[in-house]
Amino acid sequence: MTTTTLTPTSVGLDRSRSGGSVFGALADIWAMTRRNLVHIAREPMQLSDVTIQPVLFTVLFVYIFGGAIALPGGGSYVNYLLAGILALNLVTSVMGTAVGLSTDLHEGMIDRFRTLPMWRSAVLVGRSMADLLTSLLCALIVGLTGLAVGWRPGANDISVLGGFALVIFFAYALTWIAACVGLNAKSPESAASFGFIVLFPLAFVSNAMVPTQHMPGWLQAVAEWNPVSAVCAGTRVLWGNPNPAGALHAWPMQHPIEASLIWSVVLIGLAAPLAAHFFRRRTTE
Amino acid sequence: MAAEIPELMIQAEGLTKRYGETQALAGVDFSVPAGTILGLLGPNGAGKTTAVRVLTTLALPDSGRGTVAGIDVVKHPGEVRRHIGVAAQDATLDPLLTGRQNLVLVGELSDMGRAPARARATELLAQFELTDAADRVLKGYSGGMRRRLDLGAALMTRPPVLFLDEPTTGLDPTSRQRVWEAIRELLGEGVTVLLTTQYLEEADALAHRIVVVDHGKVIANGTPTELKEASRSARLEVSLAAPDTDGRAAGAMAPLVSGRVHVSEDGRRLSAGVDAAPGLATAVVRALDAAGVLVDNIEVRQPSLDDVFFSLTGGHIEGEDEDEAIGSAGGAAAASAGGGGKSAERQELEGVRA
Repeated sequence: MTTTTLTPTSVGLDRSRSGGSVFGALADIWAMTRRNLVHIAREPMQLSDVTIQPVLFTVLFVYIFGGAIALPGGGSYVNYLLAGILALNLVTSVMGTAVGLSTDLHEGMIDRFRTLPMWRSAVLVGRSMADLLTSLLCALIVGLTGLAVGWRPGANDISVLGGFALVIFFAYALTWIAACVGLNAKSPESAASFGFIVLFPLAFVSNAMVPTQHMPGWLQAVAEWNPVSAVCAGTRVLWGNPNPAGALHAWPMQHPIEASLIWSVVLIGLAAPLAAHFFRRRTTE
Repeated sequence: MAAEIPELMIQAEGLTKRYGETQALAGVDFSVPAGTILGLLGPNGAGKTTAVRVLTTLALPDSGRGTVAGIDVVKHPGEVRRHIGVAAQDATLDPLLTGRQNLVLVGELSDMGRAPARARATELLAQFELTDAADRVLKGYSGGMRRRLDLGAALMTRPPVLFLDEPTTGLDPTSRQRVWEAIRELLGEGVTVLLTTQYLEEADALAHRIVVVDHGKVIANGTPTELKEASRSARLEVSLAAPDTDGRAAGAMAPLVSGRVHVSEDGRRLSAGVDAAPGLATAVVRALDAAGVLVDNIEVRQPSLDDVFFSLTGGHIEGEDEDEAIGSAGGAAAASAGGGGKSAERQELEGVRA
């Protein structure tokens, strides 16, 4: 158009790698992951979900509810709370997966990807990798805020890291459910409503914020079998923090670490292939 | 793939595609020789975008066959994707990335490798006069800038085959000229291009051959010169008080018009292509009067895209297809209204898929 004049022999394929290889697929995933991370950094709402919201929730719950909540069996509320705050933040942030995928499908961007010789599922995997990385950031912020307001784990470093990993793994499993929702949503807005209808009750009808002992009987039963309760209880055990749920008889409360791992593996096992199926269906015409 | 370049870089053979109730493609055939531009011309909803979607592996045809660079689009879509660059009519770039990030992403996903992708992006941004805006987020780009970047994205890997779906729809004349210049430059590089457009002018300016589609069918196939000739002539329409049962009126008009006189089903409306000249209407009325025919109304209309369809189909195809062309009046009116980034056709398709 202006300065650059291409030579007549310039038609040819500028491609350094051969496609279809595992390396090619990994490169595609990495490219898509970076793209999604740029999105999160540029969307104030998405970024605040993993940066400001964790700080806000931690401070609010510790200082507002902290004095009013007595733990069965005693112990400090902030030490009890932090696992719940971590779970609440990570569980609700998977909404970003649903909204992000739905937006990709509706903005025509998916058509661009589909005309490129890329590994198509990199759209899905790149999204979940980006969400995993933001989960790590979110976990770091929750941990630091916790330490600032008086949270003290009572276990060795490996065990504490294991506690973080337990929640992050569960949140990663949930992103595949969110992917299924995003791939079937009529619009990004309806994908967002998934957060309020499913994720918030999931996070709150659990022992994340308060011990379930004070809930009405039927709700207590629901909460005890809610995977979020198992994840929170498991993390409390790994962190060496107060875990009143240990006194409950439900199997997941007696074996919270095993229960959370089972939940996470089952969710991924079901939702990831399903997401791949929905993705193929949505991108075939 | 082998280095051998097939003679016909793009081939569509009897492509059909139905979306719900809409027969988007009803048996489309065309081919594009290597190193040439084919203009696929037609109104909104004619099937242009569907044809492009099938050939770029985005949609599966119900029947028929499509090949790009000699490769079957249904059997080997992955291999086809290694040979094509696509600039779709919808914005298919990432609004949250910068212009440069968009190009590099496309390059990386096309297996270029990061460093070569960055170098190529810089080159294309300069070529399309986007260097100053290169590191701005796409949200702030004008329509023309987006289209140029879209074209740049299509060129990242220097693909031998390019699909440009209405690259200038909705652009102002200046931006349109710049996109045209860019496309012309590609020609010199031996690229094969399939360009869809609603504008006869655009197809004329860029294409070696033009295929006119309407209602999912090819209704004409010719060089721009043939089309231009058809559009240069105006159209004469005469309404009669009584049906022209004996062909007297048509006979009287014949010497004054170019081409055949078309008589409507009820025999009361006659139309034909004419070379607009001063006093033409007067001459026609006199001739009809002399033949004893009562004229209700006479009109000399300037050519529209519709007239082009009519002239072309009237000239080459008899019977059904001609009625098809006449029937397209509404569609052509929509085409000349033009504008608006997302075409009705595309929205319709999305509606069906949703």
